[in-house]
Formats: sequence, structure tokens, C-alpha cells
Amino acid sequence: MKNEVIKLTHVWAKYNKAPILEDINLTINEGDLVGLIGPNGGGKTTLFKVLLGLIKPYRGTVKILGNTVREGRGYIGYVPQLVELDREFPVSVAEVVLMGRLGKRRLLQRYTRKDEIIVNRTLEQVGMLELRDRSISELSGGQRQRVYIARALASEPRILLLDEPTASVDPQRQKSIYELLKELNQFITIIMISHDIGAISAYVKSIGCLNHRLFFHGNPPLSTETIEQTYQCPVDLIAHGVPHRVFSNHDCPLHYHE
Amino acid sequence: MLENIWELLQFDFMRNALFAGVLVSIACGIIGTFVVINRIVFISGGIAHAAYGGIGLGYFLKINPIIGAIFFALLSALGMGLVVRKTEQRADSLIGVMWAVGMAIGIILIDLTPGYKADLMSYLFGSILTVSQENLLIMLILDIIIIVIVSLFYKEFLAISFDPTFALTRNVQVDSLYLLLVGAIALTVVMVMQVVGLILVIALLTIPAAIAGQFLKDIKYIMVASILLGMLFTTVGLGISYYFNITSGATIILVSGTAYLVSLGLKILQK
Repeated sequence: MKNEVIKLTHVWAKYNKAPILEDINLTINEGDLVGLIGPNGGGKTTLFKVLLGLIKPYRGTVKILGNTVREGRGYIGYVPQLVELDREFPVSVAEVVLMGRLGKRRLLQRYTRKDEIIVNRTLEQVGMLELRDRSISELSGGQRQRVYIARALASEPRILLLDEPTASVDPQRQKSIYELLKELNQFITIIMISHDIGAISAYVKSIGCLNHRLFFHGNPPLSTETIEQTYQCPVDLIAHGVPHRVFSNHDCPLHYHE
Repeated sequence: MLENIWELLQFDFMRNALFAGVLVSIACGIIGTFVVINRIVFISGGIAHAAYGGIGLGYFLKINPIIGAIFFALLSALGMGLVVRKTEQRADSLIGVMWAVGMAIGIILIDLTPGYKADLMSYLFGSILTVSQENLLIMLILDIIIIVIVSLFYKEFLAISFDPTFALTRNVQVDSLYLLLVGAIALTVVMVMQVVGLILVIALLTIPAAIAGQFLKDIKYIMVASILLGMLFTTVGLGISYYFNITSGATIILVSGTAYLVSLGLKILQK
């Protein structure tokens, strides 16, 4: 018997007046490790924003652990793209992770000893405990990614959403991030956005292809037809299940890196 | 030299001026740090100029212009805060409009007020040497309000400054807290205006925090260092302006600006 943690039924959402998500039906069960792929502007990040209540769908319903988004998002740990955050911001690793405890402490309430313990525990989980007093401006991309994963974990989530967790991480470190996520998946349901189809299919349990509509949601291996349908241009997928992606020449450009 | 300083301190206006410098530095150090890390220097400039509308209103209604300035600064801060948080339009254009309209309202209201407006220039260019006891009291109260607000909401202010989206997903009231923060900026701007004038407010608000931020990576330390730097700049600036008989507000800013250049040089040497 599988527990549904996220359920979207006939969800339509707009961003800047243009419909981005069209009739999305998606069920995520407890323990899933889902990779979400699709072209830029296809609605992957918008789908996350809907789940986090940052964008309200104009049609359809979203349930998180049977609750509304506002109540349910407390169970979601969110790891944004690295580029969205100011890396010169004068704040230490531990202070960033402590922000994960915000939802547990009300206004005017100070962080407690328990929060400190949880911060240290999550930093240990992601292998960053030695760097807890460093300023985030001194960290590499991969290290900062781990800190933001720790921040998400500090809120003791049941679901983890990651937006391109390996986008600004050098290739050697990408693998260790995926390994970490696989480990965390023993306790937490994970959905991650990625452009790296080859790499994620080696780690995820199921894949969703999103380009305004959800084209496919199921287990890898993924057929070339499905991917072409999603990206709407020819894609040659070779070496499946290996953390490398190999594509032939395209008739239309694929925007892999912003 | 020491005797000269001792003599100077015998003057009421000099003691008031030094006291005003200290009070302003406290607010600038705390709030200026948030202005710098949030990158909202432009909003602070907008608030300062829009506050001129309140000064005009003060003259027109024959009340203390500072009270009018507090009212207008808060109003424009809320307007600009809402624009930043709520609209998808380019926030900087709208802030620019409020900046200019506020100032225009002030000019018209002053035109409509009969009589001689002797101390009008002091709001534009500051008049630390003529700060009254009453205004010192207002500054002290504003300082206390700012310290109370920031210490009560420190963890939220830090979170919404660093990553407002994440804070929102943790059900933090990001919009209200942001408005509270820009409100605190408005109160600070009104204080600083009395010392260096509204045109130079941005400098005293941001230079100490910008210098401290280059060398320190902890917000609380940056605040403390900015307060101390502010006190140093106002005191030294005051001394130089008295000695050479030049405008105090502008001298304070030049001292701060020079220190900023020196700090940039030190930072480059450090690398």
C-alpha cells in the first residue's frame, strides 16, 4: 500500500499571463525519487512554484499529504537553483541552515538549542559540518549546494524539491550530490529538476517529462520518442543509464545552459 | 589642540551636534547594513527625497517639519515596498516617479506657505550644528524604535534579506516584514536628513556598512563596525567643518567617501 504525498489533478497555471502548465495530473507516492526533465520554459520550475504555493493554479487542485498547499508546504524542503541566491551575502553556513528552522519557530521566538542540534545533524548528513562557521561566499558551487540541501533538511521535510541540484557544480562533484540524494531518499520523497537526462536516469526511480503538459511519468528507461515528444525536436539518447549524455546534431537548438 | 577641543565642548550646539552624530550613527549602522545587503540603496534615496513633501506639509500646516517628513517618508516607503514586492513592473521606474513626485509636492506646498522660510536649506543640506533639543529627543526615540524592531525580528529580517522565496515557503509573512523593514529605513532616513540633509542621506546610510561589509562576514559585526565608523565620520567631519568653516553635512560625507576609497585600496592590497 503506497501513500500518496503529492496529488495534482487537472492543474493549469500561468506565469506572466501565459499558460505554462496545462492540465497536469501527477501523483507522487511516498519514497519516490522522481526526475523532472523538459525544455526551458516548459514549466518545471513553475510546477515547483505551484507545489510551494508561490503561484496559484487557476484551475485544478493540488494536495500535499492530503492538505492544502499552504499547510502542506511545511512538509516540503525546497532547494532552489544556486544562481538565484546572492553569494556575496555575509552569512555563515550554520546561519543559512538555521533558516530551515524558520517554520518551526514563530515570530518573536528565538531559535533554540534543539534548532542548533538539528543544524549540526543536517550539516553532518551532507558532509559539511567542518565548514559550519565559514561564510558562504568562501564555498564552491558544490559545497553551497550541499548547504542548501542541509537548509531544506533542517525543516525536517517529508518531501524534498530540488531545482537543478547539479547545474553549477563541477562534473566530479555532481556524482556525489546524486549519491547523497539517493541516500536521503531512504527516508524522504524526492523530486528533482534536471537537464541531465542521462545522469538522472541512472539514479531516479521514475521520470516525468514536462513541456507545458506532462508527457510521461513512469519508470526509466525512457524511449527516444517520449523525449522527442517532450522537447519537440529530435533527440538522440545513447548510453542509457550511464551518467553521460550523448546527443547527435539537432535540427532545433536545445538550451541546456542558461 | 586638546584645549581647543575642550573649549568647543563648552558650546551647547557643539555638544548637541556630537550627540546627534552618535544617535544617527546607531540607526545608520543597523539599518544601513540591511540596505546594503538587500541592495536597496535606490529605495533609500527615493524615500529621502519623497520626505521633502512632508517638510513642505510641515511648513504649510505650521507643525514641526520633521513630523511631516516622518509621515511622508513612511508613506513613500510603504508605497515603494509594495511596488517591489507586489508588481511585476519594473520597480525602479515606479520608485523614481515617487522620488520626484514627493519632492515636487514639497516645493509646491512651500510655495503656498506665506512668510520667510529661514531654515529650509537645512533640510536639503543638513544642519547638525543647529539640531535642537526637541529634535535630539525625536532622534533618540527613533533610535529606540529601530533597535526594538530589529532585535525582535532579526531572524526574519535576515531570512527575507537572504532568500525571501524560501522564507515564504516556511510560511513567514514576507510582505509584512519587508514593509516593516522599509518603514525602519524611512525612520532612519528622517534622522539622517537632519544631520547631512536629504540629498546626502544615502551616503551616510550606506558608506559605513559598505566599508564594514568588505572586511567582515557576519551581519552583527558589520552592524557594530558600521556604528563605530559612523561615529568616527560624523565627529571627524564636524571637527574639520568647524576648523575650516565649511558646511558640516558635506564635510562628513567627504570624510566618509575618502574612508571608503581608502578601504577599497586596502581590500585590493589584501588580495
